[in-house]
Amino acid sequence: MSRDFREQTVVKARGLTKKFKDFKAVDNLDLSIERGMIYGFLGPNGSGKTTAMRMLTGLLTPSEGSVEVLGLKVPKDAEALKYKIGYMTQTFSLYGDLTVFENLKFVAKIYGLRGSIQKKRIPELLERYELSELKDRFAGKMSGGQRQRLALAAAVIHKPLLLFLDEPTSAVDPESRRNFWEQLFDLSDAGTSIVVSTHFMDEAERCHKIAILEAGRKRADGTPEDLMHAMGANVYEVEGPDLRDMRLKLLALEDVVSAAQLGARLRVLVSRRVHNPEDWLTQRPEVRQATRISKVRPNLEDVFVTSTGEGRQ
Amino acid sequence: MRSLRRILAVLFKELTQLRRDRMTFGMVIMIPLIQLILFGYAINTNVRDIPVAVVDQSQTGLSRVLIQMVEATRVVKVVEHHTNVQDAEEAIRSARVRAAFILPDDLDNRIVRSPSAGFGTPPSTDEETSRPVAQWIVDGSDTLIASAIKSLRSMPLSELFREPPNRNTATFEVALFYNPEQRTAVNIVPGLVGVILTMTMIMFTSAAIVRERERGNMEMLINTPIRSLELMIGKIIPYVFIGLVQLGIILGLGHILFGVPLSGNMLDLLGGTLLFIGASLSLGLVLSTIATSQLQAMQMTVFVLLPSILLSGFMFPYEGMPIIAQYIAEALPATHFMRMIRGFVLRDATFLDLYRDVVWLAGFFFLGMIVAAFRFKKRLD
Repeated sequence: MSRDFREQTVVKARGLTKKFKDFKAVDNLDLSIERGMIYGFLGPNGSGKTTAMRMLTGLLTPSEGSVEVLGLKVPKDAEALKYKIGYMTQTFSLYGDLTVFENLKFVAKIYGLRGSIQKKRIPELLERYELSELKDRFAGKMSGGQRQRLALAAAVIHKPLLLFLDEPTSAVDPESRRNFWEQLFDLSDAGTSIVVSTHFMDEAERCHKIAILEAGRKRADGTPEDLMHAMGANVYEVEGPDLRDMRLKLLALEDVVSAAQLGARLRVLVSRRVHNPEDWLTQRPEVRQATRISKVRPNLEDVFVTSTGEGRQ
Repeated sequence: MRSLRRILAVLFKELTQLRRDRMTFGMVIMIPLIQLILFGYAINTNVRDIPVAVVDQSQTGLSRVLIQMVEATRVVKVVEHHTNVQDAEEAIRSARVRAAFILPDDLDNRIVRSPSAGFGTPPSTDEETSRPVAQWIVDGSDTLIASAIKSLRSMPLSELFREPPNRNTATFEVALFYNPEQRTAVNIVPGLVGVILTMTMIMFTSAAIVRERERGNMEMLINTPIRSLELMIGKIIPYVFIGLVQLGIILGLGHILFGVPLSGNMLDLLGGTLLFIGASLSLGLVLSTIATSQLQAMQMTVFVLLPSILLSGFMFPYEGMPIIAQYIAEALPATHFMRMIRGFVLRDATFLDLYRDVVWLAGFFFLGMIVAAFRFKKRLD
């Protein structure tokens, strides 16, 4: 496939909305994804990640708004776009009763790769995704991690410019997850732009840029570092006895965004509205019994909680 | 070119999967085999050995010979003897017998006066002569059984007196073409091709596409450049071959086991069957765009299958049905195929003789493909 596409923005969406009857799955979403980056959709189940992604690939028609992917209008030019994008579905969607090799061969033919190209490309993918030895194994008999590598190999067989991954690692172990991300970075390094949805914080943290989605709306976007930096709260860890009780008392305070227990510590997010948060927190009667209070670096989960209001529920 | 390559990719994939799906593969062979043998032997419209009860109130030599004569027709088989009519009626009610043969105590008198006995025709003024010699009480709910016993109504009685049966001149001469021995299998076996193809073709195609959706493969496929028509054509071609294999099994075995003649033009037969397979497959595709699960696809298949068996002329003559039912039957591909295959196999008919059915099946095929391709969207909404 020729790499004639030189525009810097691969995905442009304006006011993207999808209504299912009265329910807005995606609500007025603006997106701008630059070339060569790994862009993450972070959000809980039902936040509209999959719906948004399906609108970007032309599988769903937006109720409102416009989408342009790789310079093509979607859904009008969706069929032409399909040669240029790859899509990895949330659940394994290749054929369980075909072998690894047969599955790849099938997908290669569907994308119209010629025999000579197939002969080069398939062994190359088998090698890269450590599937050479599993070549004749039935896809249905493989482990989650192996299937996922096969699905990725199939999704990139035609060297797409843009790759969509819908919760790619929800069915695999942490080891496979780490390897998978290394492979994504390899692809990204080779010039493929990637859009990935996830509900794992550690995964989102690996993305170049993320958008935090909640109930179909974009709550925040930017690089994970910027988001953590610009977060509307300060993070403290409180140690002491009777943390469950302390947590409930703290949550009742308006300026406490969230309080969550992590083992023997309580992670407390104090709103930016509080002027001198450290003094404010240490002087609260609710934490009288605390043995130690220390300020810590925010992580993406804190960002997520702050921007979605998840912690107060 | 790309299009052809994609069709071949789907076709090849489907064949690989089919080869591994032992159950489906077995069904392809076993359904025609078992049903042919079962129905070929079992379905018989010539009713024989109906169980009957006898109430012999005269108990004479003549009455016993008469009962034997009736039994010798093989239409009925005496399984019970009773002394009074009530007991015989009870036997019918409880379904132990289908009819009761009641011989009155003045049987001998009646026989002698009966014109059937061959003693010439007594003057018609003699009231006695108009009385039948005996009576049948029949469970008339099954019309086939009723008419079989009704056929005994004017049985000649001259044999009772060791006289040769008098040669009546028939009012009409009836010459039976195409199945002179009146063997049911000759009519049933070609019809079975239609029934079995309707079942397997519609079921396999509708299930084959719905299965891809159920297993999530469709989500992957709609993200690829494959067009819906390419996918459908690739998916149904293997079943065309399966249909032809089934045709071969049924007609081949039908010829060997049941002596069904294969006199017709084989090319016409092949062409007609291909048209019917095409029509059934396109119907299966349309159903697959409606059904959301394999179970639903199966239920829809049965919905089409039952009228295809009962209204198509496979079981009962098309001409005997009310007009509305005939219109419904016309809509079913099976009806047209029944006419075609019986025409080709038994009557040596050609495409030209049956051009209406040919045109209809071809039209059904194209319409089905268009509707299916139109309904099958590569969108999720």
